[in-house]
Amino acid sequence: MCCLSALQSKGELEDLGDIGDSGEYNVYSTFQSHEPDFDYLKSLEIEEKINKIRWLPQQNAAHFLLSTNDKTIKLWKVSERDKRPEGYNLKDEEGRLKDISTVTSLQVPVLKPTDLMVEVRPRRVFSNGHTYHVNSISVNSDGETYLSADDLRINLWHLGITDRSFNIVDIKPANMEELTEVITSAEFHPHHCHMLVYSSSKGTLRLCDMRASALCDQHSKLFEEPEDPGSRSFFSEIISSVSDVKFSHNGRYLLTRDYLTAKVWDLNMDKGPVETYQVHEYLRSKLCSLYENDCIFDKFECVWNSSDSVIMTGAYNSFFRMLDRETGRGVTLEAWRESSKPRAVLRTRRVYTGGKRRRGDVGVDSLDFTKKILHMAWHPSENIIAIAATNNLYIFQDRVSPDAHTQ
Amino acid sequence: MFPKGTKRKFSDSADDPAPEPATPLQRQSLLDMSLIKLQLCHMLVEPNLCRSVLIANTVRQIQEEMTQDGSWQLMTQALAAAQCPADRLVASELLCRQTDPAAAAGGPKPYALVGEAYQEEEEEEEDSEECASEGEEGEQVFGTFEIKHPPPGPDPALEELFSDVDASYYDLDTVLTGMQAAPKMGPYDLLESLSSHGRISSFHIIYYSMNTTEARTNP
Repeated sequence: MCCLSALQSKGELEDLGDIGDSGEYNVYSTFQSHEPDFDYLKSLEIEEKINKIRWLPQQNAAHFLLSTNDKTIKLWKVSERDKRPEGYNLKDEEGRLKDISTVTSLQVPVLKPTDLMVEVRPRRVFSNGHTYHVNSISVNSDGETYLSADDLRINLWHLGITDRSFNIVDIKPANMEELTEVITSAEFHPHHCHMLVYSSSKGTLRLCDMRASALCDQHSKLFEEPEDPGSRSFFSEIISSVSDVKFSHNGRYLLTRDYLTAKVWDLNMDKGPVETYQVHEYLRSKLCSLYENDCIFDKFECVWNSSDSVIMTGAYNSFFRMLDRETGRGVTLEAWRESSKPRAVLRTRRVYTGGKRRRGDVGVDSLDFTKKILHMAWHPSENIIAIAATNNLYIFQDRVSPDAHTQ
Repeated sequence: MFPKGTKRKFSDSADDPAPEPATPLQRQSLLDMSLIKLQLCHMLVEPNLCRSVLIANTVRQIQEEMTQDGSWQLMTQALAAAQCPADRLVASELLCRQTDPAAAAGGPKPYALVGEAYQEEEEEEEDSEECASEGEEGEQVFGTFEIKHPPPGPDPALEELFSDVDASYYDLDTVLTGMQAAPKMGPYDLLESLSSHGRISSFHIIYYSMNTTEARTNP
């Protein structure tokens, strides 16, 4: 079953089920994950808005997922029931005890199909682990632990233990005035349960080995691209801040997203990325305006496809980019209700940056910066993608090759 | 677009215009904008730390550059010479401090980040109206970026005033309400002064982090 959860600003999660004939998904289940909270100590409200969701690897019929708001992480169990036992000897259909004298023969209860019932239950609540805002959660390959990261610290939790967590990274300086860099994203390696990566607001990546010491303040590897002196501006640091970091499925590469580019790094090469893709280079000359309207602080996610041959990330104007690593080429697609009839093929879009203007090109100044595609997901084994665009969730499937290529 | 394995250098592309160095006016307006953003950060109940850090770093960068070409000193001298209302004068003087001469001589160290670590438990008894009475268990660390400039002359009154500027007035309430209780310019004052003077008359970047309630679960 293809299980997808969409996080909403009101703290709700929606699980989506099978595609219907109309091409629209029916909502499988909706539940309130987090409620608004109040920190009495600081007199601050804690928003119920969910920042991240991560599914756990499936071990039995039920699905488990972790969801987090700014401060609290929760483990949810999603189970479905589509059968019910019928034909009890001692109870009738409504569950009332039968009069034994009326029972003249024995029957074996059978399972009969019934309407699908989805049950979502909170199984664990991991609270009081973070002083700052949680930006990432990542399930470890050991299936037992996970990490949660906020601006200055990364904690390790055991899925079964809620009153204890271990701090594994702490970059808070003794004197807060010396703070110039924060953690922006963190993830566990897909295969090595001792290895994790975290990204910073200065564009660096740090690989940590938990076997080296209990506190992984000393990175085992630092990935940093030397700055290009020719392109330095007052915005250089801001646009170098990494908004998302993802290991490839094969565990050999890292994918990062900063404001204007997506970069692929080889774990064995810390001097710089091996591939750099422009997402929306036409915005480079608009950085001052984007700083003024705060768009420059938008945090875009990035994802790999199942075979690590294509990467995808979002942009403005409901555009998102698919970048083919083999050819080095990228396409711009649009997630827009009007143009997305069911079964319709997505049209390639273009932003006009000079030269010959083609029909359908969009000018840079016509871009709608309120339509940002920040969140997205790629199915772990199939060519199905989910794109979150403001109030809509789009699901697209590759018509030509719905199943992923295997390398 | 990019052959696999090629590291793209921005300067290689013919399509990219190399970013022109900012004109002094652009630089000034960027500085103004950044300071407003930082001040407005505090109007939020819980500011976004990443955003605050990035903006503060940008301000630092601008100031370094302005100090290097001497325009910083020009600006701060103009501010000192400007006629400010008396009640604001205190605030400006308080905020525009002389850089440490040794540090200035050593290299561009445009301003010192003066931090007041406010440790609730260890602080001696405060004035009741200024003390945060919420009883935080943990440590509230509060830092102030102060942009400094050579003052007209040493002023013992200022020093004394500054010595009183301990963490007590940087209490929870003033921070959260945008520094209304403290004798500093609030964000609206800052905006007003911007329009009246045409430039910033005082800088007060507040950058703080709440560190109450250290995780009880730390081993």
